[in-house]
Amino acid sequence: MRIECPYCGERDRREFYYMGDAVALDRPAVDAGAQAWDDYLHNRDNPAGSVRDLWYHEAGCGAWIVVSRDTLTHAVQGSVLAAEAAR
Amino acid sequence: MGYSGLSIIKDGVFGGKGRKPLWRDPAPKSRYDAIIIGGGGHGLATAYYLAREHGLTNIAVLEKGHIGSGNIGRNTTIVRANYFLPGNQEFYSHSLKLWEGMSQALNYNVMLSQRGVISLFHSDGQRDAFVRRGNAMINHGDDAILLDREGVRAHLPYLDFDTARFPIYGGLYHPRGGTARHDAVAWGYARAADQRGVDLIQNCEVTGIDIENGAVTGVQTTRGAIKARKVAIVTAGRSGQVAALAGMRLPVESHVLQAFVTEGLKPVIDHVVSFGMGHFYISQSDKGGLVFGGDLDFYASYAARGNLPMAEHVMEAAMTLMPMIGKARVLRSWGGIMDMTPDGSAIIDTTPTQGLFVDCGWCYGGFKAVPASGFALAHLMATGQPHATAAKFRLDRFRTGVGLMDEEGTGAQHNLH
Amino acid sequence: MRLREPPQTVTFTFDGKPVQGVPGEPVAAALLASGIRLVGRSFKYHRPRGVLTAGSEEPNALVTVGQGAAQDPNVRATTLEVAEGLEVFSQNGWPSLRYDALAVNDLFAPFLGAGFYYKTFMWPRSFWQKVYEPAIRRAAGLGRLSGQANADRYEKAFGFCDVLVIGAGPAGLMAALTAAEAGADVILADEDSAMGGRLLREVEEVDGKPATLWVADVLARLAALPNVRLMPRTTVTGAYDQGTFGALERITGPANPDRPLECFWRIVAKRSVLAAGALERPIAFADNDRPGIMLAGAVRSYVNRWGVAPGKSVTVFGNNDDAHRTARDLLAAGVKVAGVIDSRPDPVMQGDYPVFTAGCVTATRGRHGLSSITITHQGGTRVVQTDCLAVSGGWNPNVHLSCHMNGRPQWREDIAAFVPTTDAIPGMVCAGACDGVFDTQGCLQAGADAGVAVAGGLGLKPKVTLPAAETRAYAIAPLWEVPGKGRKWVDFQNDVTVKDIASAAQENLRSVEHMKRYTTQGMAPDQGKSSNVVALAMLADLTGRGIAETGTTTFRPPYVPVSIAAMGAGGQGKGFAPARLTTTHHPSIAARAPMVEAGLWYRASYFPLEGEVNWRQSCDREAGYVRKAVGVCDVSSLGKIDVQGPDAAALLDFVYTNRMSSLKVGRVRYGLMLREDGFVMDDGTVARLGDRHFVITTTTAAAGQVMRHLEFAGQVLRPDLDARITSVTDHWAQFAVAGPQARVLLNTILDDQISNDDWPFMACGTVGVGGVTGRLFRISFSGETAFEIAVPARYGESLFRQLAAQARTLGGGLYGMEALNVLRIEKGFLTHAELHGRTTAFDLGLARMIDRSKDCIGQAAARRPGLLDPARERLVGLRAVEEGRRLTAGAYLFGKDAKATSVNSEGYVTSACYSPALDCYLGLAFLKNGPERHGEVVRMVNHLRGVDTLAEVCGPVFLDPEGERARG
Repeated sequence: MRIECPYCGERDRREFYYMGDAVALDRPAVDAGAQAWDDYLHNRDNPAGSVRDLWYHEAGCGAWIVVSRDTLTHAVQGSVLAAEAAR
Repeated sequence: MGYSGLSIIKDGVFGGKGRKPLWRDPAPKSRYDAIIIGGGGHGLATAYYLAREHGLTNIAVLEKGHIGSGNIGRNTTIVRANYFLPGNQEFYSHSLKLWEGMSQALNYNVMLSQRGVISLFHSDGQRDAFVRRGNAMINHGDDAILLDREGVRAHLPYLDFDTARFPIYGGLYHPRGGTARHDAVAWGYARAADQRGVDLIQNCEVTGIDIENGAVTGVQTTRGAIKARKVAIVTAGRSGQVAALAGMRLPVESHVLQAFVTEGLKPVIDHVVSFGMGHFYISQSDKGGLVFGGDLDFYASYAARGNLPMAEHVMEAAMTLMPMIGKARVLRSWGGIMDMTPDGSAIIDTTPTQGLFVDCGWCYGGFKAVPASGFALAHLMATGQPHATAAKFRLDRFRTGVGLMDEEGTGAQHNLH
Repeated sequence: MRLREPPQTVTFTFDGKPVQGVPGEPVAAALLASGIRLVGRSFKYHRPRGVLTAGSEEPNALVTVGQGAAQDPNVRATTLEVAEGLEVFSQNGWPSLRYDALAVNDLFAPFLGAGFYYKTFMWPRSFWQKVYEPAIRRAAGLGRLSGQANADRYEKAFGFCDVLVIGAGPAGLMAALTAAEAGADVILADEDSAMGGRLLREVEEVDGKPATLWVADVLARLAALPNVRLMPRTTVTGAYDQGTFGALERITGPANPDRPLECFWRIVAKRSVLAAGALERPIAFADNDRPGIMLAGAVRSYVNRWGVAPGKSVTVFGNNDDAHRTARDLLAAGVKVAGVIDSRPDPVMQGDYPVFTAGCVTATRGRHGLSSITITHQGGTRVVQTDCLAVSGGWNPNVHLSCHMNGRPQWREDIAAFVPTTDAIPGMVCAGACDGVFDTQGCLQAGADAGVAVAGGLGLKPKVTLPAAETRAYAIAPLWEVPGKGRKWVDFQNDVTVKDIASAAQENLRSVEHMKRYTTQGMAPDQGKSSNVVALAMLADLTGRGIAETGTTTFRPPYVPVSIAAMGAGGQGKGFAPARLTTTHHPSIAARAPMVEAGLWYRASYFPLEGEVNWRQSCDREAGYVRKAVGVCDVSSLGKIDVQGPDAAALLDFVYTNRMSSLKVGRVRYGLMLREDGFVMDDGTVARLGDRHFVITTTTAAAGQVMRHLEFAGQVLRPDLDARITSVTDHWAQFAVAGPQARVLLNTILDDQISNDDWPFMACGTVGVGGVTGRLFRISFSGETAFEIAVPARYGESLFRQLAAQARTLGGGLYGMEALNVLRIEKGFLTHAELHGRTTAFDLGLARMIDRSKDCIGQAAARRPGLLDPARERLVGLRAVEEGRRLTAGAYLFGKDAKATSVNSEGYVTSACYSPALDCYLGLAFLKNGPERHGEVVRMVNHLRGVDTLAEVCGPVFLDPEGERARG
């Protein structure tokens, strides 16, 4: 499996650390309440198909990236820097 | 007719002509007392225990593909009760007891082989953690023995005690742990449930869950609508999709876990060996194949297949730990879809929808849980009360933080468990 | 029998007996040439078996090669190359291959049919594991591992190319040539020892010359191109995501310790061409498994390529034109053809040989090798003497790799076979026989087309000159099973017969997966390459479904079995994980310190002196240095992360529970970091070296995790903050200098003297050490007056030696991990024994460190009610109260008089030690309502270590709870 890094180009999957759904970009306010934090930390759409998820180019440039991917086929559509996606 | 040595002889004498179907293929009825979505190990066991323990026989198991086509047929067949956190402990302890009588109860040889599980440790700190685990197991009445390095050598002389990257300090030995024949578990439960009148309906995909006034009334399927006041979602890696039909989100992320088997070899590994430091575990099947696996591929996936980096990592771990298996050849690799939860432990619970139950989140420990999971879910469905051995598998524990069971201590990141 | 005089022969042994062979030819060829037909025993019934095929798909002729550590089981005699001195052994026969005791199983076969073991062996219950299972295990399995550690070399490699061509038959060669001449970087991989595919095994002409010469010409053209890598003996084993392929290369050549036996390749290709050819399939008829019964294409391979006749009087049985081609080639080679049996009524003859049309083989004879067959045909029944029967049930395209990404093949009625589904693997084009094209001209054309397609897809402009070759229609009339009585093998290797498949269907195991798993058909080392299609065609018949509807089982990598040593190359011994060494590694070893693993690092456990016989003596002495004089310890493995930028302080406020922005330049603060779920991730120190410059430390174990976490916080959660994070762990060597004489020691080596006033507790800053700029931190993990001094790593060893020497003059010395652990337990300082991922700041008594006036990671989730329940297990100290009884980590705590059961469990011990300073055993533990129970006596039980004792609950700080010593 190969993942596109916006800085480094296509690299082998083994250079990356995987975190999970890109829901992590949308961190609730500290007082947003139990349900908001439960949804942020635990509950997942967990789609069988298109997903945006967070990867870290740990053995590379150190960028956190948001990868658009298909969980059924493992096709990778592309990626953007998490820092830009988050803004 | 029940199976026995005599039935085998008769079968041989009559040239196999009198063989009966393991189960019927009934057409779905329009209404059942309860419906179980998912004809895997957990779903079939639930149906069996509903019939056997609670006398509920007007029930159906709806399976999208064929019986046992999910993780029950794609695992490394390990059975053990070596958990240490309350909640998991009583559950897996109960499960192992059910395993020990399963072949006789089902009249089907599931080939439980209690060859012992040895979990290795490689530092003083890891030893302390395993000592805690072993003590917890003994506190609960299960078996655990602490092996030092020489104790491990006596059981597993073929390990690399001299040059391995992570030297072997010792191991936690769980003699009652072992393996079972995975497909036989599915077929045995299916046959026994069928004999008690349960309808096993294959090639029947659930496409909708009917809810009225907050209560479930039935399901829509590719084989028509079926009414029922109790519906259980027992679909492992696909739990998220099925729950979505009822408008629910679950604390589950689906991941791929690979496993491997080698060509058949004469007996060489007698135990289940677990090398946590290298994310590697192995046993040898009765047919002679070395069955082994490692960690998740770590990315969310429904493809039921993995990639090379983890496969290579697993084999590298094998080589550092037991370099005598280098010339064994990997015959086949496969991937299962794991329903990973934020604390690595399971969920057996009611849901906000009345009559709708969920049994999921088995991560990659679902095989050994099959009997106790079916037992506990059947109890919950029949009585409305959680069974004592599964009382902590609550859906709301993540929101409240009460009763989290994070055996790995890695926190709320689904793929780290 | 050899058909031509070989230029050179060598001698190898088979079961100890010498056999002559030609170097490089398959062992199977040499055995057949020597008239050896019995080569192995089957898995279940121990039936005598001989060579069936001429390739890696071989189900019968599996042998063990070599002895001792080199012993290699389950090697295919059909691909194993003959070499001088090779030792080959048959498998699964005892006491000998010919007289095998377990052949008795065959007599009991009526009782050992599909799934018999599920229905018996259950009574009495204990007998399964004591009697039945051990017997089954001993009987099962094929070859045997030596039990010795691998002593051979294996390697792994990465390859990259524009186009990977898999298979070098006519289609693959044309595809490679077309793409390469257009300028693409091409890797051409082929399983065989020589490239050419079936062109090496058939009598044909291509481009007006013998096919073998055409192959040689093309290979020469390819070899001359700089953009082509030819990889013979390389089997592509798997197709993975984004154009990644696994491939196993077998490496031959003179014995040499540096030469690997195998290399496992990870090949990344922009495009690929699958030209993997086709595999012939047998027909199920009574006793079709005797040695001497072979596939027709394999017979041609041995005759045409290796010059070996597998028999003296050969019969041929088929349902397609290949049967006649086999007869033609045998006659041309001078081998007697005793008859061709064709199941079709009107076959096209290809020579002068007896033919039995609309005929079938209905029985065979010959215990250890075929002696005669019974033919039933239009004209009646006839027994024919024959020592080799060549069988062809048609050809199955080698679709495997096209199905590795969940693609399913499609059934083609006209060729009675499955072909790949287009685009099942992104970027892959299938060409030639693997795509259902069975004539050479068609394969050349398909290969050229594939080459054009992949090169064109890469923006190149390929040109094609197509050579002329044989065109032939492939006429086949499906025949899976010969009707009538008898045991008819489908899966030779696992002994699955037609009856077993019928039993599965009868028992309602009608899904192809059920049938496979119930009968074990297709689960043997050949993965059903010769049996899958036959079996599912029968299942389709039995269930009244078509073959297309019945479908196939899942094709999974690897295509051929891959040794664990190859795929795990590099992992053996120390290679499994990198070793991180501090600058004092070698001096520590010189000081006889046992080095222990701490994550990937090695750290000194203790530094034994002459006369000390156990670690406790050394540990107690070293702890005494720190309590009474001065000790020096290398702490370089702790994570060190540099955080700089205008918003560095704001970022640290966000990742630590306590406020770091209020920290003054030149000061250090203890920091606590949570995961977002509210549990403690790590602790450490934060030193402010400048207004915009911090250095933080992490525990050794969590350094990588914290680095990732900080980058996550900075890039994902707070991209608005301008701060940069860099790991500097390897850049600085850092030493703890601890004890009442610590300052005295430092003043002997620092360029400028320090005092308690200018370097008070928790001060930090830059110092000169022998002219080198270093950093000094007044922090303590022992509770004593202590510093950590850091210098650029290249000065680490030198500084270490100086510190050690000076410490000795002050009555102190080096200390290691053991003493460090004692010192920190005495002070109740935490390590990952306590920060094990399930503990909260509240559990640790550090709730006040969460500054609620600001947001930080974990702030919200830490407020969940379950994380603040007073009844949680919370940190306490334990003091042994029974003379001479130890406290031990991993023990559980119970009420003083309670039974040691799980329901009574009240907590557990995380760390324990003997404290030389307090002369008693101490422990750190988590106990329900712990802080409210100081003074209570509890029962501590460690079943595994045989300890059952009482302990007094106390605060976790045993020594100097006011912290006076560290400030002195």
